[in-house]
Amino acid sequence: MRRTVFPHKLLPWLLLAPQLAITLIFFYWPAAQAFRQSVLREDPFGLSSKFVGLANFRKVLNDPAYLNAMQVTVVFSVLVAFFAMGIALFLAVQVEKIIRGKGLYRTLMIWPYAVAPAIAGMLWLFMFNPSFGTLAWPLRQLGIAWNPLLNGDQAMALVVAAATWKQISYNFLFFVAGLQAIPKSLLEAAAIDGATKRHAFWTIVFPLLTPTTFFLLVVNTVYALFDTFGIIHAVTSGGPGKSTETLVYKVYNDGFVNLIMGDSAAQSVILMVIVIALTAFQFRFIEKRVHYG
Amino acid sequence: MVARGAARTMAHLWMILGVIIVAFPVYYVFIASTHSVQTILRPPLPLLPGAEAYENYRGAFSGEINRIGGVSLWRLLGNTTLIAVGIAVGKIVISMASAYAIVFFKFPFRMACFWLIFITLMLPVEVRIQPTYKVMVDLGLIDTYAGLILPLIASATATLLFRQFFMTIPDELLEAARVDGAGPWRFFKDILWPLSLTNVAAIFVIQFIYGWTQYLWPLLVTNSNEMNTIVIALKKMISFADADTPWNLVMVTSVLAILPPILVVVLMQRWFVKGLVETEK
Repeated sequence: MRRTVFPHKLLPWLLLAPQLAITLIFFYWPAAQAFRQSVLREDPFGLSSKFVGLANFRKVLNDPAYLNAMQVTVVFSVLVAFFAMGIALFLAVQVEKIIRGKGLYRTLMIWPYAVAPAIAGMLWLFMFNPSFGTLAWPLRQLGIAWNPLLNGDQAMALVVAAATWKQISYNFLFFVAGLQAIPKSLLEAAAIDGATKRHAFWTIVFPLLTPTTFFLLVVNTVYALFDTFGIIHAVTSGGPGKSTETLVYKVYNDGFVNLIMGDSAAQSVILMVIVIALTAFQFRFIEKRVHYG
Repeated sequence: MVARGAARTMAHLWMILGVIIVAFPVYYVFIASTHSVQTILRPPLPLLPGAEAYENYRGAFSGEINRIGGVSLWRLLGNTTLIAVGIAVGKIVISMASAYAIVFFKFPFRMACFWLIFITLMLPVEVRIQPTYKVMVDLGLIDTYAGLILPLIASATATLLFRQFFMTIPDELLEAARVDGAGPWRFFKDILWPLSLTNVAAIFVIQFIYGWTQYLWPLLVTNSNEMNTIVIALKKMISFADADTPWNLVMVTSVLAILPPILVVVLMQRWFVKGLVETEK
């Protein structure tokens, strides 16, 4: 808290007004509506609605399509987080071994961050398009029946590849920063004691990177859950069948395309709980990071 | 952890492989944008630029996109630029104002206001799609620039960052300014703003990218082709693809959808990295 402040009484409210107005109108009011709708059910004509308690939640959580979306989301998020973080960590370790050309490599690594998720999806679709994709062509020559528009596993592979590709640059920057923060004296001491590079990495570097890794795990999970909507919408539209329908895609599809309000609102509330849990986890962890400097 | 000899050469080889993987999709679409439709549809695509580059880009800019997207390429680029800049500037203005009020004034419910802004972090548009859409309809904001920009300019992260930065300004500076008779506007304009410039640049880069790459929101609040962003227009071109789709023009549009934000990131790299690291912690 500051000792000196300006004495004005009205001015701070005027300064806060635009931000508060926008958050109330476009964040709090709709979120409250989502909660309200999640305990109501509308009649088929949308003329009246009645209170049904947690019936919508029960219905959603017993719906095989929702459970499928949950499973798809978990598979998708785990694969994206694992590959995006694994590849980024590997490359960050490599770039740290280099003296000349570090800056150039970094510049060349970061720009997928600037590509919209939907476009990242389209780029991969172009390369692996079953009819004219250059990279689909060798797959066909090898006798693989490549068609992500018909085969669910192949569709999943394609969206995971696109989502991973886009996230590598972000993770790379944070891992490089994390590696640079590790005291060189520790590694020198390990080398003098005769530790191999591999041994030193797993017993010193990797444990000291834990804060960065945890932080990135949360960020990558949030990314895979929410920001990849564009990739899925643009590349597979949740298909073929429902093999790439994630929770967020389903909320959009039920509420906006199929117009099932109660279900969609209940799904929204479930997603809100997931975000709140993840954010809380992230901030607890940040408190820890402050302690360890 | 600097390596020597063979290990360093190995590291270079891995980095080159990494860069190739990261760059290839973008290189591929750039190459495709310089070939004719016939070449694109007969894989494998050549690895070098073709002779059709001038033809494709001239065609795309002089109205051939209208045929497949229902709107000119200029309009798409204009819309997207307006939205990206609008969101970035809007976020900076309103979050600086809020942070200024919270740090440099004393008033009832000061911290309650801060938390109110902070909690919006937990309410991304994905979890409140349908009711937010209804608000947009009720306010008549569908298919308007205001509708595309306004709801996205609330920013917990930017407010947080400016608040943290403002709190590092020493009390003495404010005291001295007040003794010299400076009011809130004078103090902001002559002292705080010049000190904030690097933070402003960092947030601008991050939020420009955020605005340029928006997808779900423009998808929800626009119906008319005239209001499309380039990302949405591209998605529409691909969904309605058939035997007659001019893929060369689709590739040109892709390149133009990718290029501006990449240029911003690469040219403003220093601020970009700062913004990324600071807004996320």
